[in-house]
Amino acid sequence: MAKFIKENKGELPQMNTSSLPDIVFIILMFFMVCTSMRQTETKVRVRTPQASEIAKLERKDLASYIYIGTPSQQYQKEYGTDSRIQLNDVICKDNSDLSSIRDFIAAEREKMSEADRPFMQVNIKADQDTRMGIITDVKQELRRCSALKIMYGARKGGIQK
Amino acid sequence: MAKKKVPEINGSSMADIAFIALIFFLMVTTMDKEEGISRLLPPIPPEDQKVENQEVNRRNIIQVKINSNDRLLAGSQPMDVSQLKDKIKEFMTNPYDDPNLPEKEIKDIPGLGPVPVTKGVISLQNDRGTTYQAYITVQNELIKAVNELRDDFSMKTYGKKYSKLDEERQEIVRQAVPQRISEAEPKDVKKK
Repeated sequence: MAKFIKENKGELPQMNTSSLPDIVFIILMFFMVCTSMRQTETKVRVRTPQASEIAKLERKDLASYIYIGTPSQQYQKEYGTDSRIQLNDVICKDNSDLSSIRDFIAAEREKMSEADRPFMQVNIKADQDTRMGIITDVKQELRRCSALKIMYGARKGGIQK
Repeated sequence: MAKKKVPEINGSSMADIAFIALIFFLMVTTMDKEEGISRLLPPIPPEDQKVENQEVNRRNIIQVKINSNDRLLAGSQPMDVSQLKDKIKEFMTNPYDDPNLPEKEIKDIPGLGPVPVTKGVISLQNDRGTTYQAYITVQNELIKAVNELRDDFSMKTYGKKYSKLDEERQEIVRQAVPQRISEAEPKDVKKK
């Protein structure tokens, strides 16, 4: 019966960690596939409104983003607490001056390939407490630039009242 | 000739390297889904175009207005958002051929045959002071009403839900149940 006498007395064997890199790599792959690079830093606070009939954005590369909301804390000194428009990385200086939207749309158009230009979509991400006045202005400006395909950013949720 | 042994690479730091790469990706990427309500804006009419008197029959239009206090007016009566969907559905279907509700036109849709199609148009108007959430909620209800009508229609004709149909049939259903939401030219009701 001497065969069955355990050799190590009470000491736990070391765990084999040789598969740890593989596990981590799998997690890494998961994140690489499921996420997208952050393109712009949002300087305005945006909580998109809730809606139930939402559609997914089909092609992300065709979308340009316009953010509308109150500036976040560190920018409030400069821009105040009123709703502001953010294009790319800058908050617009003046809400009533919408020529920057025109330039923005022109620049975004320029970036796309010729074939994709008619399918360009402008994604308006506005905070749920924004007043419609500013959004209407933006919409009118977009119409003037003939960027007619738009999407109101929204998140899935019940209708709140 | 003794074979020279290639020393094995120590792989114990592989996990650390992978972790660093993982953390890098966690920091610089986002996972937020891009979702929302798609709309098509009407093009700006050219300035030299003379204003055509687009006399749409009064019964064919339903006015949906939201004021600066987020109160809703549909048709000519104030109502809650929860009632809006049924109101729109009634307006679009006109089940009892009410002379005050939109008329229907028998339209020959290729691939299906003649179908009565409503001529109703929903006209949405908002104030500058309306909150975005209220606006989206109303838009959402309007789309929901049309989507439900499309579902009903495709259930009746094809026995399947609209989203389950193939592209061709979806187009037919879209023609039979049009989604005509027009956003009125903004009126400066109350400019700040």
